[in-house]
Amino acid sequence: MPIIIDKLQYVYSPQTAYEKHALKDINLVINDGEFIGLIGHTGSGKSTLIQHLNGLLRATGGTIYFNGQDIYEKDFSMKYLRSKVGLVFQYPEHQLFETTVYRDVSFGPKNLGLDQLEVDVRAYEAIRMVGLGEEMVDVSPFELSGGQKRRVAIAGVLAMKPEVLILDEPTAGLDPKGRDEILEQINKLHKGSGITIILVSHSMEDVAKYADKLVVMNNGGIAFYDTPHKVFEHYKELEQMGLAAPQVTYVMHELKDRGIPVKTSATTVEEAREEILRILKK
Amino acid sequence: MEMVKTEGLVFEYIRRNDEGEVESINRAVDNVDLRINKGDFIAILGHNGSGKSTLAKHINAILTPTEGSVWVGGINTREEEHLWDIRQNAGMVFQNPDNQIIGTVVEEDVGFGAENLGVPTEEIWERVEKSLKAVGMLEYRKHSPNKLSGGQKQRVAIAGIMAMKPQCIVLDEPTAMLDPMGRKEVIETVMELNKKEKVTVILITHYMEEVINADKVFVMDKGKVVMEGTPREIFKEVEQLKRYRLDVPQVTELSYELRKSGLKIPEGILTVDELVKAVCALKKE
Amino acid sequence: MIRDITIGQYYPADSLIHKLDPRVKLVGTIVYIIALFVIDSYIGYLLAALALLAVIRLSKVPVKFILRGLKPIIAILLFTLVFNLLFTQGDPVFKAGIITITKQGIRLCITMAIRLVLLIIGSSLMTFTTTPNHLTDGLESLMGPLKKVKVPVHEISMMMSIALRFIPILMEETDKIMKAQTARGADFETGGLVKKAKGLIPLLVPLFVSAFRRANDLAMAMEARCYRGGEGRTKMKPLKYTGRDMVSYLVLAVFFAGIIVLNHVDLLMF
Repeated sequence: MPIIIDKLQYVYSPQTAYEKHALKDINLVINDGEFIGLIGHTGSGKSTLIQHLNGLLRATGGTIYFNGQDIYEKDFSMKYLRSKVGLVFQYPEHQLFETTVYRDVSFGPKNLGLDQLEVDVRAYEAIRMVGLGEEMVDVSPFELSGGQKRRVAIAGVLAMKPEVLILDEPTAGLDPKGRDEILEQINKLHKGSGITIILVSHSMEDVAKYADKLVVMNNGGIAFYDTPHKVFEHYKELEQMGLAAPQVTYVMHELKDRGIPVKTSATTVEEAREEILRILKK
Repeated sequence: MEMVKTEGLVFEYIRRNDEGEVESINRAVDNVDLRINKGDFIAILGHNGSGKSTLAKHINAILTPTEGSVWVGGINTREEEHLWDIRQNAGMVFQNPDNQIIGTVVEEDVGFGAENLGVPTEEIWERVEKSLKAVGMLEYRKHSPNKLSGGQKQRVAIAGIMAMKPQCIVLDEPTAMLDPMGRKEVIETVMELNKKEKVTVILITHYMEEVINADKVFVMDKGKVVMEGTPREIFKEVEQLKRYRLDVPQVTELSYELRKSGLKIPEGILTVDELVKAVCALKKE
Repeated sequence: MIRDITIGQYYPADSLIHKLDPRVKLVGTIVYIIALFVIDSYIGYLLAALALLAVIRLSKVPVKFILRGLKPIIAILLFTLVFNLLFTQGDPVFKAGIITITKQGIRLCITMAIRLVLLIIGSSLMTFTTTPNHLTDGLESLMGPLKKVKVPVHEISMMMSIALRFIPILMEETDKIMKAQTARGADFETGGLVKKAKGLIPLLVPLFVSAFRRANDLAMAMEARCYRGGEGRTKMKPLKYTGRDMVSYLVLAVFFAGIIVLNHVDLLMF
C-alpha cells in the first residue's frame, strides 16, 4: 500500500515573528518497494517532511494516507504508524543508551509490546541485517567504532520491522569505505526484503547510484519528482537551488557542448563509461 | 624553513584498568616523518581511525609524542615553556562547529584567542575585524553563532584562529559535518587564506574533492604515512586508495575506468575539464 | 515545545538598555527584586509596574516575546497562587466544605501574583538585553572583591558563560533525542511516576554522553586557543562606566526612594 501525501503543509511557530512555512502544499505518492532519494539543500524542508511520515510532527494542513488510512483520523494509532515507518535520524548513534548492543536494539520491539521470543528474534535478525557479527551482541555500544555504532542504531530501527525505512543522511561523517558499506547494506536490504527506502542525502553521486526516483525539495515545496536521469537533466535549475548533478553528468554535457554526440543522461560512472566507449568506438 | 617537522613520531593511547595496570596499547601514530614547508597547502587523507587526527593534535601540542619529536616553527613541542607560543603559531580548527565556539556573539568568539594571548583591547578589535573580513563573515559580527549555518560557524572558528595571527592553521576534518555548500564555503575560505595571507594550511579530511588543489597530499593508514605526493600522483593510484578505505573524485574514477577499458586517457585526471579535453582529443584521432 | 522557552535568551536590539553597563543592569535587577518585596501598597506596585514598562519600552524587546517567556512557568505560578489562596489564615470571606478563602488570602494571592510576574519579567529583561558574556563580565567585576578571599571568580564566570552558550544547544539536542526515541516507540507522556521516570533513561543517558563529549571537545578547543585561566588575559570589551550608566544609577536610586516614600505615604493616607 502506498503512502499518499495530500496537500501537506507545516508552519513553524504560527502567528509569531518566527513563523516559517516549512512545507508548502506537498503532494507525493510513494509506492511500495521503491527506493526514493530525497535531496534538497539544508533548510529546504526535507527533515520536516520525513518527520511527518512517522507522526513526529503534525501537519498544520493537509494529510497523509498510510495503507489507505488517514493518519490524522482520531482512532489511528501513531504507535502503529511508527512501527511501520522506521526513521533513522542523522547521527543516530547519539541515541544509543543501553549497556549492550542487544539491549539497545531490542528497545524498539519491546516498546511494541511483543513477547520475549519475538523481541529476541527481531533483535538478532536486525543485528545480522546491518552486517554486525554475533560476537557484537553483548558488547557495550559505546565501545564500538563510529561506523559500528551507526549500524547498531540502524538495527534498532530495523528491529521494529518497518515496511518503510527512512534514513536521514546515514553516511554523514563516515569515511568513503564506511559510506559505501552502509549504502550497500541498505541496498541489499531493499533488494532482499522489498522494503521501501527513503534516503535523504547530500551526495548526488549516491542517490544517482541507488535510487529509483528522486524527490527534490526546494523552499518547502517539491521541485522535481522523477527518475535520476530525468531529474539531473535539470542540472542548471538544481544549481540555482544550491544542488548539483553528479560529476559525470557534467562530463557528458560538456562533451556534448563540444560537439561530441553523446547522450547526456548518464548519472553513474558505469553509464558514463558505456556511453563514452560507445561514441569513441564507432 | 619548515613550518612543521616530525621525526620518528610515535603516539600510543594507553588504557589502564582500575589498578593502574596497562590493559591495552593502541599505537595511533607509528613512526611518522613529516616535513611541511611554510606557505604550503597540505592535505592529510585517511579513513576514520587511521591516526590522522592524532597526528594533527601533535602540531598544536594538545598531544606530545610518546616517542620521537615534533617541531613547529622550529620549536620542539616538548618544551613546555613554549607551549603557548606553539598553540598561538599553529591554530587548530575542529570537526564539530558547535563544540568549539565559546562566545555567544560572533565577534566575541573571534576575540577569545586574542584575549587569552593578552593582546591590548584596541588591537583585539582590529584583529577581529580583519579576521572576520578575511573569512567573509564581517556582516555577521553581532549575530549569535547558534543561528548560523554549519559552514558559517566553521568560518567563524577559522576567524577566531586567524585573530591569533598564526603562521599555520590545522583543520581537523572541518567539513565532515557540513552539507556540500558549507563544505565549499570552508574550503574556499581556507584556500584564500593560504593564498592571500600566506598561512600554511594543513587540512585533514576524507573528502577527496577537497584536496585536488593541495600542494601536497599525505595518505595515512594504521598510523603510518603510506603515500605522499601531489594530488595527481596520489589520485592515479585508484586501487591503492580504495585499499586504504578511501576513494577518488567521480571524474577520476571514470577516467580510470575508461583507461582500463583501453582508452588512452592520461593518468591522474582531477577535473571535469581535463577529462573532457582528453576525450575530445581521442575523438579527433 | 521545548524551544519556546525564552528565559535566559538574548534578544539582540540596538537600545539604550542594551548599551548599559552590565553591572548597572545587575545591580538594577537586584534593587528591583528587593523593591518588589519591600513594597506593601498597591500604588507601590503600580510604580514598579510602570517603571518596568518604561524599561521594556526603552529596551525595544517586543512585549509578545517577553510574555511568551512566561508561558512555561504559568503552572508554577498558578500552583503558588492557589496554595496561598487556600492556606492563608485570617478572616474568612468564603467557605465551602474544607475550602476556606480568607481576606488575607486574597490579598496575599494578588500581591504574590504581581510580585512573581514583575520579578520574572524584570529578571528575564536583564538576560534579554545583556549578552551572556557581558553578564558574566559584569558578575565577575561585581564579585571582584571576593578574589581576595580566594573565590575563583574568573572561573565561576567562565563556567556560567559556557553554560549559557550551551543551554540552547542541549535543548535542541534533547528535542532531537526525544524524537529519535519516540520513533523507536518510546513513550514519554503516559504512565505513572515510576514508569515515566524509567522512561527518561533513554533520553538522559544519550544526553549526558553528548554533554560530556561536547565538554571534552570544548575544553580542547579552548586550550588550542591558548586559554589558561584569567591571569594575563585581556578583554575585548572591558567594562567602563559612561555617563548614561551614572544617570541610570541615579534613576535607580530615585526609584527605590520613591518606593520607600510611597510605602509611608500609603500609611499616612489610609
